[in-house]
Amino acid sequence: MSSDLVSRVTESKDISRNKKKLDGAGQFWLVFRYISLVILFVIAALPIYIMVVNSVKGITGVSQSAAFIPPSHLDFGAWGPTWNVLKVPMGRTLFFVLQSSIISAIIGSINGFVFSKWRFKGSTIIFTTFLFGMFIPYQAIMIPLTQFNQWAGISGTIYVLVFAHVIYGIPICTLIFRNYYAAIPNELIEAARVDGAGMTRIFRTIILPLSIPGFVVVLIWQFTSAWNDFLFAIFLTGGSPKLAVATTALNFITGSGNQVYYGNNMTASLIVSIPTLLVYMFLGRYFLRGLLSGSLKG
Amino acid sequence: MAIFVYGMIGWTLKISLSHLNSAWSTDNSFAGISNYTGLLQDTEFTHAFTNLLKFTVVFLIGTLLSGLIMSLLLEKGIKGEGFFRSTYLYPMAISFIAMGTSWRWLMDSAQDNRATGLNMILRNFHLGFLQNNWYTSESGSMYAMALPAIWQMSGYVMALFLAGFRGIPDDLREAARVDGASEFKIYRYILFPQLSPTFLTVLIILGHISMKVFDLIYGIASKSYVTKVLAIYMWQVIFDFQNYAKGSAIAMIILIIIAAVVIPYLRYVNKSEEANK
Repeated sequence: MSSDLVSRVTESKDISRNKKKLDGAGQFWLVFRYISLVILFVIAALPIYIMVVNSVKGITGVSQSAAFIPPSHLDFGAWGPTWNVLKVPMGRTLFFVLQSSIISAIIGSINGFVFSKWRFKGSTIIFTTFLFGMFIPYQAIMIPLTQFNQWAGISGTIYVLVFAHVIYGIPICTLIFRNYYAAIPNELIEAARVDGAGMTRIFRTIILPLSIPGFVVVLIWQFTSAWNDFLFAIFLTGGSPKLAVATTALNFITGSGNQVYYGNNMTASLIVSIPTLLVYMFLGRYFLRGLLSGSLKG
Repeated sequence: MAIFVYGMIGWTLKISLSHLNSAWSTDNSFAGISNYTGLLQDTEFTHAFTNLLKFTVVFLIGTLLSGLIMSLLLEKGIKGEGFFRSTYLYPMAISFIAMGTSWRWLMDSAQDNRATGLNMILRNFHLGFLQNNWYTSESGSMYAMALPAIWQMSGYVMALFLAGFRGIPDDLREAARVDGASEFKIYRYILFPQLSPTFLTVLIILGHISMKVFDLIYGIASKSYVTKVLAIYMWQVIFDFQNYAKGSAIAMIILIIIAAVVIPYLRYVNKSEEANK
Protein backbone atom coordinates (compact mmCIF):
# COMPACT_ATOMS: atom_id res chain seq x y z
CA MET A 1 0.00 0.00 0.00
CA SER A 2 2.66 2.48 1.01
CA SER A 3 4.87 1.83 -1.99
CA ASP A 4 1.83 2.46 -4.11
CA LEU A 5 1.43 5.80 -2.35
CA VAL A 6 5.00 6.78 -3.07
CA SER A 7 4.73 6.06 -6.74
CA ARG A 8 1.63 8.21 -6.77
CA VAL A 9 3.57 11.10 -5.32
CA THR A 10 6.69 10.72 -7.37
CA GLU A 11 5.33 9.80 -10.74
CA SER A 12 4.71 13.06 -12.53
CA LYS A 13 1.80 13.14 -14.84
CA ASP A 14 2.46 13.02 -18.50
CA ILE A 15 3.05 16.71 -19.08
CA SER A 16 3.54 16.55 -22.82
CA ARG A 17 -0.22 16.38 -23.09
CA ASN A 18 -0.60 19.80 -21.48
CA LYS A 19 1.80 21.38 -23.94
CA LYS A 20 -0.38 20.97 -26.99
CA LYS A 21 -2.92 23.65 -26.46
CA LEU A 22 -1.63 26.40 -24.29
CA ASP A 23 -3.73 29.43 -25.06
CA GLY A 24 -3.20 32.81 -23.43
CA ALA A 25 -4.85 31.85 -20.15
CA GLY A 26 -2.97 28.56 -20.07
CA GLN A 27 0.34 30.34 -20.46
CA PHE A 28 -0.59 32.81 -17.76
CA TRP A 29 -1.32 29.98 -15.33
CA LEU A 30 1.93 28.21 -16.17
CA VAL A 31 3.94 31.37 -15.46
CA PHE A 32 1.91 31.96 -12.33
CA ARG A 33 2.62 28.44 -11.12
CA TYR A 34 6.34 28.79 -11.73
CA ILE A 35 6.54 32.11 -9.92
CA SER A 36 4.68 30.68 -6.93
CA LEU A 37 6.87 27.59 -6.92
CA VAL A 38 10.02 29.69 -6.95
CA ILE A 39 8.78 31.92 -4.13
CA LEU A 40 8.00 28.83 -2.04
CA PHE A 41 11.39 27.43 -2.95
CA VAL A 42 13.13 30.55 -1.63
CA ILE A 43 11.18 30.36 1.63
CA ALA A 44 11.88 26.66 2.06
CA ALA A 45 15.58 27.03 1.31
CA LEU A 46 16.22 30.22 3.30
CA PRO A 47 17.06 28.68 6.70
CA ILE A 48 19.48 26.15 5.27
CA TYR A 49 20.96 28.82 3.00
CA ILE A 50 21.75 30.95 6.04
CA MET A 51 23.35 27.99 7.75
CA VAL A 52 25.56 27.09 4.80
CA VAL A 53 26.60 30.64 3.92
CA ASN A 54 27.51 31.56 7.48
CA SER A 55 29.41 28.39 8.15
CA VAL A 56 32.10 29.36 5.63
CA LYS A 57 32.80 32.87 6.88
CA GLY A 58 35.25 31.79 9.55
CA ILE A 59 34.85 32.22 13.29
CA THR A 60 34.96 36.01 13.39
CA GLY A 61 33.64 36.88 9.94
CA VAL A 62 30.02 36.25 10.81
CA SER A 63 27.61 39.00 11.69
CA GLN A 64 23.88 38.74 11.98
CA SER A 65 23.18 41.79 9.83
CA ALA A 66 25.07 40.23 6.93
CA ALA A 67 23.37 36.87 7.33
CA PHE A 68 22.02 36.74 3.79
CA ILE A 69 25.18 37.91 2.09
CA PRO A 70 27.41 35.19 0.64
CA PRO A 71 31.01 35.17 1.89
CA SER A 72 33.65 37.11 -0.07
CA HIS A 73 35.92 34.07 0.16
CA LEU A 74 35.55 30.59 1.59
CA ASP A 75 36.87 30.31 5.11
CA PHE A 76 36.45 26.95 6.79
CA GLY A 77 38.05 28.22 10.00
CA ALA A 78 35.00 27.43 12.09
CA TRP A 79 34.77 23.84 10.92
CA GLY A 80 37.85 22.44 12.65
CA PRO A 81 37.14 23.55 16.21
CA THR A 82 33.45 22.79 15.87
CA TRP A 83 34.10 19.30 14.56
CA ASN A 84 36.47 18.70 17.45
CA VAL A 85 33.68 19.42 19.89
CA LEU A 86 31.08 17.46 17.99
CA LYS A 87 32.91 14.37 16.81
CA VAL A 88 32.62 12.38 20.03
CA PRO A 89 28.90 13.11 20.56
CA MET A 90 28.22 12.41 16.91
CA GLY A 91 30.04 9.11 17.03
CA ARG A 92 28.05 8.21 20.12
CA THR A 93 24.84 9.14 18.32
CA LEU A 94 25.74 6.97 15.38
CA PHE A 95 26.42 4.08 17.74
CA PHE A 96 23.07 4.18 19.53
CA VAL A 97 21.04 5.17 16.47
CA LEU A 98 22.32 2.22 14.44
CA GLN A 99 21.66 -0.23 17.24
CA SER A 100 18.18 1.00 18.00
CA SER A 101 17.23 1.15 14.31
CA ILE A 102 18.37 -2.38 13.61
CA ILE A 103 16.76 -3.89 16.68
CA SER A 104 13.43 -2.16 16.13
CA ALA A 105 13.49 -3.07 12.43
CA ILE A 106 13.93 -6.76 13.26
CA ILE A 107 11.21 -6.77 15.90
CA GLY A 108 8.99 -4.72 13.60
CA SER A 109 9.36 -7.17 10.74
CA ILE A 110 8.38 -10.12 12.92
CA ASN A 111 5.40 -8.25 14.34
CA GLY A 112 4.39 -7.01 10.92
CA PHE A 113 4.46 -10.54 9.58
CA VAL A 114 2.31 -11.83 12.40
CA PHE A 115 -0.25 -9.05 12.01
CA SER A 116 -0.49 -9.32 8.24
CA LYS A 117 -0.59 -13.09 7.77
CA TRP A 118 -1.84 -14.49 10.97
CA ARG A 119 -5.39 -13.56 11.92
CA PHE A 120 -5.98 -14.62 15.47
CA LYS A 121 -8.68 -13.70 17.91
CA GLY A 122 -8.27 -10.12 19.06
CA SER A 123 -5.56 -9.33 16.53
CA THR A 124 -7.34 -6.17 15.41
CA ILE A 125 -7.55 -4.85 18.93
CA ILE A 126 -3.93 -5.66 19.64
CA PHE A 127 -2.93 -4.03 16.39
CA THR A 128 -4.89 -0.90 17.27
CA THR A 129 -3.15 -0.65 20.63
CA PHE A 130 0.11 -0.92 18.69
CA LEU A 131 -0.92 1.82 16.33
CA PHE A 132 -1.88 4.09 19.16
CA GLY A 133 1.69 3.60 20.34
CA MET A 134 2.79 5.85 17.49
CA PHE A 135 0.81 8.69 18.96
CA ILE A 136 1.80 8.30 22.60
CA PRO A 137 3.85 11.34 23.50
CA TYR A 138 7.31 10.71 24.92
CA GLN A 139 6.26 12.71 27.92
CA ALA A 140 3.77 10.10 29.03
CA ILE A 141 6.44 7.50 29.80
CA MET A 142 9.58 9.53 30.44
CA ILE A 143 9.45 9.70 34.21
CA PRO A 144 8.88 6.00 34.92
CA LEU A 145 11.36 5.17 32.19
CA THR A 146 14.17 6.84 34.14
CA GLN A 147 13.21 4.80 37.17
CA PHE A 148 13.05 1.65 35.08
CA ASN A 149 16.51 2.41 33.68
CA GLN A 150 17.90 2.64 37.19
CA TRP A 151 16.28 -0.63 38.09
CA ALA A 152 17.63 -2.29 34.94
CA GLY A 153 21.10 -0.95 35.66
CA ILE A 154 21.51 0.88 32.36
CA SER A 155 21.07 4.31 33.86
CA GLY A 156 24.03 6.53 32.96
CA THR A 157 24.90 4.54 29.84
CA ILE A 158 23.98 5.17 26.23
CA TYR A 159 21.73 2.11 26.33
CA VAL A 160 18.97 4.21 27.86
CA LEU A 161 18.61 5.79 24.44
CA VAL A 162 18.90 2.52 22.54
CA PHE A 163 16.14 1.09 24.67
CA ALA A 164 13.86 4.14 24.45
CA HIS A 165 14.11 4.37 20.69
CA VAL A 166 13.60 0.64 20.20
CA ILE A 167 10.37 0.83 22.18
CA TYR A 168 9.17 3.88 20.32
CA GLY A 169 10.26 2.52 16.97
CA ILE A 170 8.34 -0.73 17.20
CA PRO A 171 4.83 0.60 16.39
CA ILE A 172 5.85 2.44 13.23
CA CYS A 173 8.14 -0.40 12.11
CA THR A 174 5.34 -2.90 12.66
CA LEU A 175 2.96 -0.78 10.64
CA ILE A 176 5.36 -0.30 7.75
CA PHE A 177 6.16 -4.02 7.59
CA ARG A 178 2.54 -5.03 7.93
CA ASN A 179 1.55 -2.91 4.96
CA TYR A 180 4.54 -4.19 3.08
CA TYR A 181 3.79 -7.83 3.76
CA ALA A 182 0.12 -7.38 2.95
CA ALA A 183 1.23 -7.17 -0.70
CA ILE A 184 2.82 -10.64 -0.56
CA PRO A 185 0.25 -13.12 -1.89
CA ASN A 186 -1.24 -15.46 0.67
CA GLU A 187 -1.02 -18.33 -1.82
CA LEU A 188 2.76 -18.27 -1.49
CA ILE A 189 2.51 -18.84 2.22
CA GLU A 190 -0.26 -21.41 1.86
CA ALA A 191 1.87 -23.36 -0.60
CA ALA A 192 4.78 -23.40 1.80
CA ARG A 193 2.51 -24.49 4.61
CA VAL A 194 1.18 -27.34 2.54
CA ASP A 195 4.77 -28.40 1.99
CA GLY A 196 5.07 -28.63 5.75
CA ALA A 197 6.91 -25.43 6.65
CA GLY A 198 6.09 -23.82 10.01
CA MET A 199 5.50 -20.12 10.53
CA THR A 200 9.10 -19.48 11.63
CA ARG A 201 10.47 -21.32 8.65
CA ILE A 202 8.16 -19.48 6.26
CA PHE A 203 9.23 -16.18 7.76
CA ARG A 204 12.92 -16.97 7.52
CA THR A 205 13.06 -18.47 4.06
CA ILE A 206 10.28 -16.70 2.17
CA ILE A 207 9.45 -13.42 3.85
CA LEU A 208 12.85 -12.16 4.99
CA PRO A 209 14.49 -12.32 1.55
CA LEU A 210 11.58 -10.29 0.16
CA SER A 211 11.88 -7.69 2.89
CA ILE A 212 15.01 -5.80 1.91
CA PRO A 213 13.24 -2.65 0.64
CA GLY A 214 11.05 -2.70 3.73
CA PHE A 215 14.14 -2.79 5.89
CA VAL A 216 15.67 0.15 4.03
CA VAL A 217 12.54 2.22 4.64
CA VAL A 218 12.37 1.35 8.30
CA LEU A 219 16.06 1.82 8.96
CA ILE A 220 16.08 5.24 7.33
CA TRP A 221 13.01 6.28 9.19
CA GLN A 222 14.40 5.16 12.53
CA PHE A 223 17.80 6.62 11.79
CA THR A 224 16.38 10.05 11.04
CA SER A 225 13.98 10.23 13.94
CA ALA A 226 16.44 8.91 16.50
CA TRP A 227 19.23 11.14 15.22
CA ASN A 228 17.04 14.22 15.41
CA ASP A 229 15.41 13.42 18.71
CA PHE A 230 16.13 15.89 21.45
CA LEU A 231 13.57 15.26 24.17
CA PHE A 232 14.58 11.69 25.08
CA ALA A 233 18.22 12.57 24.61
CA ILE A 234 18.24 15.44 27.07
CA PHE A 235 15.82 13.86 29.49
CA LEU A 236 17.19 10.35 29.77
CA THR A 237 20.82 11.40 29.89
CA GLY A 238 20.01 14.22 32.27
CA GLY A 239 22.08 16.49 30.03
CA SER A 240 25.25 14.78 31.26
CA PRO A 241 28.22 15.75 29.05
CA LYS A 242 29.53 12.19 29.28
CA LEU A 243 26.46 11.05 27.38
CA ALA A 244 26.11 14.00 25.03
CA VAL A 245 24.66 13.08 21.66
CA ALA A 246 24.45 15.18 18.51
CA THR A 247 21.39 17.23 19.38
CA THR A 248 22.23 17.80 23.03
CA ALA A 249 25.81 18.76 22.24
CA LEU A 250 24.53 21.14 19.60
CA ASN A 251 22.06 22.65 22.00
CA PHE A 252 24.88 23.19 24.45
CA ILE A 253 26.87 25.06 21.80
CA THR A 254 24.03 27.18 20.46
CA GLY A 255 22.09 27.54 23.72
CA SER A 256 21.39 31.14 24.58
CA GLY A 257 24.33 31.50 26.97
CA ASN A 258 26.91 30.82 24.27
CA GLN A 259 25.63 33.04 21.50
CA VAL A 260 28.89 34.91 20.95
CA TYR A 261 30.45 32.57 18.45
CA TYR A 262 28.01 33.01 15.63
CA GLY A 263 30.22 31.25 13.14
CA ASN A 264 30.49 28.21 15.35
CA ASN A 265 26.76 28.12 15.95
CA MET A 266 25.92 27.92 12.29
CA THR A 267 28.72 25.49 11.52
CA ALA A 268 27.74 23.20 14.36
CA SER A 269 24.10 23.20 13.26
CA LEU A 270 25.13 22.33 9.76
CA ILE A 271 27.51 19.55 10.79
CA VAL A 272 24.86 17.92 12.94
CA SER A 273 22.37 18.08 10.05
CA ILE A 274 24.70 16.62 7.44
CA PRO A 275 24.12 12.90 8.14
CA THR A 276 20.34 13.11 7.91
CA LEU A 277 20.55 15.45 4.93
CA LEU A 278 22.79 12.99 3.11
CA VAL A 279 20.37 10.18 3.81
CA TYR A 280 17.56 12.35 2.54
CA MET A 281 19.41 13.33 -0.62
CA PHE A 282 20.43 9.84 -1.62
CA LEU A 283 17.58 7.77 -0.26
CA GLY A 284 14.79 10.35 -0.37
CA ARG A 285 12.40 7.94 -2.01
CA TYR A 286 12.60 5.55 0.92
CA PHE A 287 12.35 8.41 3.36
CA LEU A 288 9.15 9.52 1.67
CA ARG A 289 7.79 6.01 1.89
CA GLY A 290 8.39 5.98 5.63
CA LEU A 291 6.66 9.33 5.97
CA LEU A 292 3.61 8.21 4.06
CA SER A 293 3.37 4.92 5.93
CA GLY A 294 3.09 6.91 9.11
CA SER A 295 -0.09 8.38 7.80
CA LEU A 296 -1.89 5.00 7.95
CA LYS A 297 -3.87 5.53 4.81
CA GLY A 298 -3.94 7.81 1.81
CA MET B 1 6.68 -4.46 24.51
CA ALA B 2 3.24 -2.99 24.13
CA ILE B 3 2.49 -4.11 27.65
CA PHE B 4 5.64 -2.37 28.78
CA VAL B 5 4.65 0.99 27.28
CA TYR B 6 1.14 0.82 28.65
CA GLY B 7 2.56 -0.24 31.98
CA MET B 8 4.74 2.85 31.91
CA ILE B 9 1.70 4.99 31.26
CA GLY B 10 0.00 3.40 34.22
CA TRP B 11 3.05 4.19 36.30
CA THR B 12 2.99 7.82 35.15
CA LEU B 13 -0.66 7.93 36.13
CA LYS B 14 0.20 6.56 39.55
CA ILE B 15 2.91 9.17 40.09
CA SER B 16 0.53 11.87 38.97
CA LEU B 17 -1.85 10.79 41.71
CA SER B 18 0.82 10.76 44.41
CA HIS B 19 2.59 13.17 46.75
CA LEU B 20 5.95 13.08 44.98
CA ASN B 21 6.07 16.85 44.77
CA SER B 22 9.73 17.52 45.46
CA ALA B 23 13.16 15.98 45.10
CA TRP B 24 13.20 14.99 48.76
CA SER B 25 9.75 13.55 48.88
CA THR B 26 9.56 9.78 49.10
CA ASP B 27 5.91 9.91 49.97
CA ASN B 28 4.26 8.10 47.12
CA SER B 29 1.00 7.64 48.92
CA PHE B 30 -2.24 8.32 47.14
CA ALA B 31 -3.06 12.00 46.76
CA GLY B 32 -6.19 11.73 44.72
CA ILE B 33 -6.58 14.19 41.91
CA SER B 34 -5.03 17.05 43.89
CA ASN B 35 -2.22 17.44 41.35
CA TYR B 36 -4.74 17.88 38.58
CA THR B 37 -6.97 20.31 40.42
CA GLY B 38 -3.83 22.17 41.44
CA LEU B 39 -2.92 22.60 37.79
CA LEU B 40 -6.24 24.18 36.99
CA GLN B 41 -5.51 26.91 39.51
CA ASP B 42 -1.91 27.28 38.38
CA THR B 43 -1.74 30.39 36.20
CA GLU B 44 1.44 29.18 34.52
CA PHE B 45 -0.33 26.04 33.44
CA THR B 46 -3.30 27.89 32.01
CA HIS B 47 -0.89 30.30 30.33
CA ALA B 48 0.96 27.37 28.73
CA PHE B 49 -2.31 25.78 27.73
CA THR B 50 -3.63 28.94 26.06
CA ASN B 51 -0.31 29.32 24.28
CA LEU B 52 -0.55 25.79 23.01
CA LEU B 53 -4.05 26.39 21.70
CA LYS B 54 -2.99 29.56 19.87
CA PHE B 55 -0.04 27.73 18.39
CA THR B 56 -2.15 24.77 17.34
CA VAL B 57 -4.74 26.85 15.53
CA VAL B 58 -2.20 28.83 13.50
CA PHE B 59 -0.01 25.80 12.90
CA LEU B 60 -2.89 23.62 11.68
CA ILE B 61 -4.42 26.20 9.38
CA GLY B 62 -1.08 27.46 8.09
CA THR B 63 0.39 24.04 7.38
CA LEU B 64 -2.79 22.76 5.81
CA LEU B 65 -3.06 25.76 3.52
CA SER B 66 0.57 25.94 2.46
CA GLY B 67 0.78 22.17 1.96
CA LEU B 68 -2.40 22.26 -0.08
CA ILE B 69 -1.13 25.16 -2.19
CA MET B 70 2.14 23.32 -2.85
CA SER B 71 0.27 20.22 -3.95
CA LEU B 72 -2.14 22.23 -6.11
CA LEU B 73 0.79 23.86 -7.87
CA LEU B 74 2.41 20.51 -8.50
CA GLU B 75 -0.39 18.01 -8.92
CA LYS B 76 -0.88 18.40 -12.65
CA GLY B 77 2.79 17.79 -13.26
CA ILE B 78 5.25 20.51 -14.19
CA LYS B 79 8.84 20.56 -15.39
CA GLY B 80 11.22 20.46 -12.45
CA GLU B 81 8.60 18.96 -10.18
CA GLY B 82 11.02 16.57 -8.53
CA PHE B 83 13.34 19.41 -7.64
CA PHE B 84 10.64 21.56 -6.05
CA ARG B 85 9.15 18.59 -4.24
CA SER B 86 12.46 17.64 -2.69
CA THR B 87 13.16 21.16 -1.48
CA TYR B 88 9.75 21.48 0.09
CA LEU B 89 10.22 18.23 1.93
CA TYR B 90 13.79 18.49 3.23
CA PRO B 91 12.90 20.35 6.46
CA MET B 92 11.41 17.08 7.71
CA ALA B 93 14.87 15.53 7.70
CA ILE B 94 16.53 18.10 9.95
CA SER B 95 16.50 18.42 13.70
CA PHE B 96 14.87 21.47 15.11
CA ILE B 97 17.71 22.07 17.45
CA ALA B 98 19.80 22.69 14.32
CA MET B 99 17.20 24.65 12.39
CA GLY B 100 16.40 26.70 15.46
CA THR B 101 19.75 28.45 15.04
CA SER B 102 18.73 29.82 11.67
CA TRP B 103 15.22 30.64 12.77
CA ARG B 104 16.48 32.56 15.78
CA TRP B 105 18.30 34.81 13.37
CA LEU B 106 15.42 35.10 10.96
CA MET B 107 13.03 36.02 13.74
CA ASP B 108 15.38 38.46 15.44
CA SER B 109 13.45 41.18 17.21
CA ALA B 110 15.76 44.12 16.31
CA GLN B 111 13.96 46.66 14.15
CA ASP B 112 14.47 49.64 11.86
CA ASN B 113 18.12 50.56 11.46
CA ARG B 114 19.29 47.58 13.45
CA ALA B 115 16.89 45.18 11.77
CA THR B 116 18.19 41.78 10.69
CA GLY B 117 16.57 38.63 9.38
CA LEU B 118 12.92 38.77 8.45
CA ASN B 119 12.54 42.31 9.74
CA MET B 120 15.28 43.42 7.37
CA ILE B 121 13.63 41.63 4.45
CA LEU B 122 10.33 43.30 5.26
CA ARG B 123 12.03 46.70 5.34
CA ASN B 124 13.70 46.08 2.01
CA PHE B 125 10.35 45.31 0.49
CA HIS B 126 8.95 48.56 1.95
CA LEU B 127 6.85 46.58 4.36
CA GLY B 128 8.62 48.05 7.37
CA PHE B 129 5.33 48.46 9.23
CA LEU B 130 5.13 44.67 9.42
CA GLN B 131 8.31 44.44 11.47
CA ASN B 132 7.71 42.90 14.85
CA ASN B 133 9.28 41.15 17.80
CA TRP B 134 8.36 37.69 16.50
CA TYR B 135 8.68 35.03 19.15
CA THR B 136 9.67 37.48 21.87
CA SER B 137 6.57 39.61 21.52
CA GLU B 138 4.07 39.33 24.30
CA SER B 139 0.90 38.86 22.29
CA GLY B 140 2.09 37.35 19.02
CA SER B 141 4.85 35.01 20.23
CA MET B 142 2.93 31.82 19.60
CA TYR B 143 1.85 32.89 16.15
CA ALA B 144 5.47 33.65 15.28
CA MET B 145 6.52 30.29 16.70
CA ALA B 146 4.08 28.61 14.35
CA LEU B 147 6.08 29.89 11.35
CA PRO B 148 9.01 27.49 11.65
CA ALA B 149 6.58 24.70 12.46
CA ILE B 150 4.60 25.43 9.32
CA TRP B 151 7.86 25.63 7.41
CA GLN B 152 8.87 22.20 8.64
CA MET B 153 5.62 20.32 8.12
CA SER B 154 4.24 21.83 4.88
CA GLY B 155 6.21 19.51 2.64
CA TYR B 156 4.80 16.51 4.47
CA VAL B 157 1.25 17.73 3.99
CA MET B 158 2.09 18.39 0.36
CA ALA B 159 3.20 14.78 -0.09
CA LEU B 160 0.01 13.48 1.50
CA PHE B 161 -2.17 15.65 -0.72
CA LEU B 162 -0.18 14.78 -3.82
CA ALA B 163 -0.75 11.11 -3.09
CA GLY B 164 -4.43 11.92 -2.65
CA PHE B 165 -4.77 13.92 -5.86
CA ARG B 166 -3.00 11.32 -7.89
CA GLY B 167 -5.11 8.53 -6.53
CA ILE B 168 -8.16 10.08 -8.20
CA PRO B 169 -8.70 8.59 -11.64
CA ASP B 170 -8.18 11.06 -14.48
CA ASP B 171 -11.45 9.96 -16.06
CA LEU B 172 -13.38 11.82 -13.39
CA ARG B 173 -11.76 15.08 -14.38
CA GLU B 174 -12.09 14.44 -18.07
CA ALA B 175 -15.77 13.59 -17.73
CA ALA B 176 -16.44 16.80 -15.82
CA ARG B 177 -14.49 18.80 -18.37
CA VAL B 178 -16.50 17.31 -21.19
CA ASP B 179 -19.65 18.28 -19.34
CA GLY B 180 -18.37 21.84 -19.41
CA ALA B 181 -17.40 22.26 -15.75
CA SER B 182 -14.88 25.04 -15.08
CA GLU B 183 -11.52 24.14 -13.50
CA PHE B 184 -12.63 25.77 -10.26
CA LYS B 185 -15.78 23.69 -10.17
CA ILE B 186 -13.86 20.52 -10.88
CA TYR B 187 -11.74 21.12 -7.80
CA ARG B 188 -14.59 22.28 -5.63
CA TYR B 189 -17.13 19.57 -6.44
CA ILE B 190 -15.11 16.63 -7.69
CA LEU B 191 -11.55 16.58 -6.40
CA PHE B 192 -11.84 18.06 -2.90
CA PRO B 193 -14.66 15.76 -1.76
CA GLN B 194 -12.49 12.81 -2.77
CA LEU B 195 -9.73 14.13 -0.54
CA SER B 196 -11.70 14.29 2.69
CA PRO B 197 -9.97 11.20 4.16
CA THR B 198 -6.64 12.90 3.44
CA PHE B 199 -7.82 16.08 5.18
CA LEU B 200 -8.76 14.06 8.23
CA THR B 201 -5.42 12.24 8.30
CA VAL B 202 -3.51 15.50 7.98
CA LEU B 203 -5.47 17.13 10.79
CA ILE B 204 -4.90 14.19 13.14
CA ILE B 205 -1.19 13.99 12.43
CA LEU B 206 -0.59 17.71 12.73
CA GLY B 207 -2.81 17.96 15.78
CA HIS B 208 -0.95 15.32 17.73
CA ILE B 209 2.41 16.77 16.75
CA SER B 210 1.25 20.14 17.95
CA MET B 211 0.12 18.85 21.33
CA LYS B 212 3.54 17.47 22.20
CA VAL B 213 5.64 20.17 20.53
CA PHE B 214 8.88 20.63 22.42
CA ASP B 215 12.12 20.56 20.36
CA LEU B 216 11.03 23.34 18.08
CA ILE B 217 10.21 25.77 20.85
CA TYR B 218 13.09 24.76 23.07
CA GLY B 219 15.51 25.04 20.15
CA ILE B 220 14.47 28.59 19.39
CA ALA B 221 13.39 30.19 22.62
CA SER B 222 14.48 27.74 25.35
CA LYS B 223 12.23 28.16 28.38
CA SER B 224 11.09 31.69 27.68
CA TYR B 225 7.81 32.56 29.40
CA VAL B 226 6.01 34.00 26.37
CA THR B 227 6.40 30.82 24.34
CA LYS B 228 5.75 28.33 27.12
CA VAL B 229 3.59 25.34 26.13
CA LEU B 230 2.62 22.23 28.07
CA ALA B 231 5.69 20.20 27.14
CA ILE B 232 8.04 23.04 28.07
CA TYR B 233 6.23 23.63 31.35
CA MET B 234 6.36 19.95 32.16
CA TRP B 235 10.07 20.00 31.49
CA GLN B 236 10.55 22.90 33.88
CA VAL B 237 8.42 21.35 36.57
CA ILE B 238 10.46 18.16 36.47
CA PHE B 239 13.96 19.43 35.88
CA ASP B 240 13.97 22.72 37.70
CA PHE B 241 11.55 21.96 40.51
CA GLN B 242 11.80 18.15 40.62
CA ASN B 243 8.05 18.00 41.05
CA TYR B 244 7.48 14.57 39.55
CA ALA B 245 3.85 14.28 40.55
CA LYS B 246 2.92 17.55 38.91
CA GLY B 247 5.03 16.79 35.82
CA SER B 248 3.30 13.44 35.45
CA ALA B 249 -0.07 15.13 35.73
CA ILE B 250 0.85 17.44 32.85
CA ALA B 251 2.06 14.45 30.82
CA MET B 252 -1.22 12.66 31.44
CA ILE B 253 -3.17 15.70 30.30
CA ILE B 254 -1.19 15.80 27.04
CA LEU B 255 -1.81 12.09 26.58
CA ILE B 256 -5.53 12.34 27.31
CA ILE B 257 -6.01 15.15 24.81
CA ILE B 258 -4.22 13.15 22.13
CA ALA B 259 -6.07 9.95 22.95
CA ALA B 260 -9.44 11.68 22.83
CA VAL B 261 -8.81 12.56 19.21
CA VAL B 262 -6.68 9.68 17.97
CA ILE B 263 -8.56 6.67 19.34
CA PRO B 264 -11.84 7.46 17.52
CA TYR B 265 -9.76 8.10 14.40
CA LEU B 266 -8.00 4.73 14.63
CA ARG B 267 -11.35 3.01 15.08
CA TYR B 268 -12.65 4.77 12.01
CA VAL B 269 -9.58 3.72 10.01
CA ASN B 270 -9.94 0.12 11.13
CA LYS B 271 -13.59 0.06 10.21
CA SER B 272 -13.03 1.43 6.74
CA GLU B 273 -10.16 -1.00 6.24
CA GLU B 274 -12.39 -3.90 7.17
CA ALA B 275 -15.05 -2.56 4.83
CA ASN B 276 -12.57 -2.56 1.97
CA LYS B 277 -11.83 -6.22 2.36
